[in-house]
Amino acid sequence: MSISIENLNALQLDVLREIGNIGAGNAVTSLAKMLNRKVDMNIPKVQILEFKEIANLLGGADNTVTGILFSVSGGLDGYIMFVFEQKYAHTLVNMIMGTPEVEACDFNEMEISALKEVGNILAGSYLSALSTLTNLRIMPSVPYLTIDMAGAILSVPAIEFGKVGDSVLFIETEFSDCDYKILGNFFLIPSVGSYEVLLKSLGVIS
Amino acid sequence: MDNLVRVGMADLKVAKYPGILTTLGLGSCVGIALFDPSSRIGGLAHIMLPSSKQVKNNTNKAKFADTAIVQLLEEMLSIGAKKNNIIAKLAGGAQMFSFSQTSDIVRIGDRNAAASREVLQSLSIPIVAEDTGGNFGRTIELYTENGILVVKTIGHGIRRL
Repeated sequence: MSISIENLNALQLDVLREIGNIGAGNAVTSLAKMLNRKVDMNIPKVQILEFKEIANLLGGADNTVTGILFSVSGGLDGYIMFVFEQKYAHTLVNMIMGTPEVEACDFNEMEISALKEVGNILAGSYLSALSTLTNLRIMPSVPYLTIDMAGAILSVPAIEFGKVGDSVLFIETEFSDCDYKILGNFFLIPSVGSYEVLLKSLGVIS
Repeated sequence: MDNLVRVGMADLKVAKYPGILTTLGLGSCVGIALFDPSSRIGGLAHIMLPSSKQVKNNTNKAKFADTAIVQLLEEMLSIGAKKNNIIAKLAGGAQMFSFSQTSDIVRIGDRNAAASREVLQSLSIPIVAEDTGGNFGRTIELYTENGILVVKTIGHGIRRL
């Protein structure tokens, strides 16, 4: 029987939490290097929510958010996705491009490209942490970016999780430097059967 | 609005006039709106997957097109709707990310919409209007006053079906 989020035990959840922690820590370190400034991160919150509660995430299901999705292949199949509320996506762009805080407006092509690049860096460092821990070779695809309603973007991981259960697992990370604060949500979405691979490679299940 | 009934993801609800059924942020999911004009009874389901038969864990009926539509119909009939009067409207089934590869996740929106059509057809419920596909999210509202389905988007306008 395939493992779903609902039937993970406390130890397995702790392991996933720790992976989230290490991966997110790695990702933020990379971001700090790229920006050449100190970036602090709080302890990531691992959340498990039922589909019905998803609507309350990210400022409501019809709130505009930016989603950056990667498919993942190699030792582990699935997807990873970063989701930022629009105000934080703008802050992120401003941090990278050194542009002053502007009123929320549509991103131009350059800014979209910058966001994708941040996604690349976050995904790459997250996965390299995961690869090191699991001894699995895990490769991300190129980034796919969409700006739309939170519910619509979250439906993508939710549908994948929906094949095995009725909840999603995601990691909320807050990072900041002295001037800015950014709240990001990170979804690790193993395909059906990949939770076993993940937990097995970590020695949590035999 | 006191009459607003919210339908979550993998959820379904029915309402009598003057209720307004709404579901926010449909992506690859499909919103199935059923309506009986004579009794002004409406039903709305927010399904995530095409078929309960392809998945082991299928206890949540509202998650799948096949089981959700049957359940929604039953609930509407139980509060006084008449099967022969019921019409259907569909919205959603988008592809949120433009993947170049043709994997399962890419076509899920299409498959959800196709499965919904098939199930409705097998139950002889006519689909009178549809706003599916594309690459954008939709928020929908079903007005039991007149059966109008309002489809709202970000940057793709508002449609009344």
